[in-house]
Amino acid sequence: MKILVPVKRVIDYNVKARVKADNTGIDLANVKMSMNPFDEIAVEEALQKKESGEAEEVIAVSIGPSQCQETLRTALAMGADRAILIEEDSDVEPLVVAKLLKAVVDEEQPGLVILGKQAIDDDSNQTGQMLAALLGWPQGTFASEVKLAGDKVEVTREVDGGLETVALNLPAIVTTDLRLNEPRYATLPNIMKAKKKPLDTKTVGDYGVDVTPRLTTLYVAEPAKREAGIIVESVEELVQKLKDEAGVI
Amino acid sequence: MNEMEDFNADMLDGLSPFYNDSHILWRNQLRRFLAQEIIPNIEEWESAGELPRSLHKTAAEFGLLGFGYPEEYGGTSKGIDPFHRLLTSMEMGRMGAGGIGASLMTHGIGLPPILAIGSEEMKQRIAPAVLAGDKIIALGITEPSGGSDVAAIKTRAVLDGDDYVVNGSKMFITSGMRADYLTCALRTGDSGSSGISLLLIEMDSPGVSRTRLEKMGWHSSDTAAIYFDDVRVPKGNLIGGENQGFAGVMHNFNGERLGMAAGCVGAAKACLEEAITWARQRETFGKRLADHQVIRHKISEMVRKIKATQSFLELCAWRVNQGETPAADLALLKVQATRTSEFCAREAAQILGGASFIRGNRVERIYREVRVNAIGGGSEEIMLDLAARQMGI
Repeated sequence: MKILVPVKRVIDYNVKARVKADNTGIDLANVKMSMNPFDEIAVEEALQKKESGEAEEVIAVSIGPSQCQETLRTALAMGADRAILIEEDSDVEPLVVAKLLKAVVDEEQPGLVILGKQAIDDDSNQTGQMLAALLGWPQGTFASEVKLAGDKVEVTREVDGGLETVALNLPAIVTTDLRLNEPRYATLPNIMKAKKKPLDTKTVGDYGVDVTPRLTTLYVAEPAKREAGIIVESVEELVQKLKDEAGVI
Repeated sequence: MNEMEDFNADMLDGLSPFYNDSHILWRNQLRRFLAQEIIPNIEEWESAGELPRSLHKTAAEFGLLGFGYPEEYGGTSKGIDPFHRLLTSMEMGRMGAGGIGASLMTHGIGLPPILAIGSEEMKQRIAPAVLAGDKIIALGITEPSGGSDVAAIKTRAVLDGDDYVVNGSKMFITSGMRADYLTCALRTGDSGSSGISLLLIEMDSPGVSRTRLEKMGWHSSDTAAIYFDDVRVPKGNLIGGENQGFAGVMHNFNGERLGMAAGCVGAAKACLEEAITWARQRETFGKRLADHQVIRHKISEMVRKIKATQSFLELCAWRVNQGETPAADLALLKVQATRTSEFCAREAAQILGGASFIRGNRVERIYREVRVNAIGGGSEEIMLDLAARQMGI
């Protein structure tokens, strides 16, 4: 079985994002970028399945500018077998990504696609679900455990109030939550060897997908500054403030 | 950012012309390695007084020991530039346990003279075993009578048949208790720098004895006084030509200073992180510590010094990458970096208050390490004088 792992190049998780002066987006010029942390967990899970003999090949795929090669190299350095870069300089929305991934799935015929549940840049949390819908495959999202059993995969999901385990028929879509695993570190020799592993570069044209945005970003702003708290004198005052000022009761 | 989260000094970094994705890839993998393999064990190794040999093996498999060394000896050098090095030292410094980097990476000073001027036979015999983590190599320069004045070395090697016979002693030798090999500077000729040779001494030779030295800081690094009593060393263990050792010793220093400066910036950032995290959580007199002007000033002063030092560090690394050896600036950089880490350790300790005096946190450890950074690898006084000489003053 092949496992396909989509990975996204995002602003490094330690960098404080800055909004552009004209409020049209986040300033990414010369900002440190790295692989979306949820996607690292997805790569790790796929590699563990390969090491246990449950999968034969792990393929990483990324969609974005040519610098996404470095992100794919990270996946290759961790142990993925090969990589596909679909080069596209414009911002791609989750639906476009899902359509491109569907095209890759049609071509590669993986038994499992493991994605991060969301990317830490836009926090959309849509791609995995959209891909499942486009393919007509079952989905197990927010996985904290993924067990392959014959032609099924059992996915333990972190839901409000506990854990839910669902059994899906393969092929299936899984999206990863933080507690699924602890991604391995890529060794320096493997980082270097990854430069020699196959990395195919494609364009969106190769898959005939329309990348025209369907969403318009109106305005991007810093989150409101957190204001200092106040100490209320009595329960009555608290209730009154929640009612009149916060407007929550 | 959540007020209760630990502060991460990466947040202070703005746009930079120096780092690309490959640097960040390496830094992130290294960070993960340190978090998994080293940081959970720091207190255990600090108590033990030395690193387990198994760590050398683990670090070799990760590629840390071979970092920057030629592929033919088992290292990884292609595609590595001074900024990968700088990030390596900075990340290790950030752990606030300088003894681990010093002792795990002692080959960083012990091996380069062999690779620079040693015979091919010696390189093949020594380098792969060291870079694989199977053997530990240390550097022996300093003696009880002095360190930075390399030309005044007293320990003597006299040729007797096919062997050199070595008598004398070496002092403050990092990894000296565990070392299998010592790259050792000895007097084979007349007084002064032209009478010095480098000899590879195998530490299990008869006549070698060693004593553990207890230190103020760097507890996980074993440090030794080493004594030679008629130790016979085969002539073939001469590194480079006889009386040609001085250049081999000096070969190390500029790279070592850049690395030490980066380590100090990492340590200073560790102090800053602990101080800010604490100042935002701790409440005194009805408000956060971080809301007191005296504390805010301390934090801003720390950031100011860290940023100035890091900028100087990155510019020096860029110049080295262009093929330049800015010796005066590298000496000044080391002083700038050790003073910055000393300042930040002090201010962070003041902000943490009593907590900084309790064993087992980064600030407490770093506070005990500022002296070794300001003295080892060329003391601040020697560095300032060297810079003045380099500038022709």
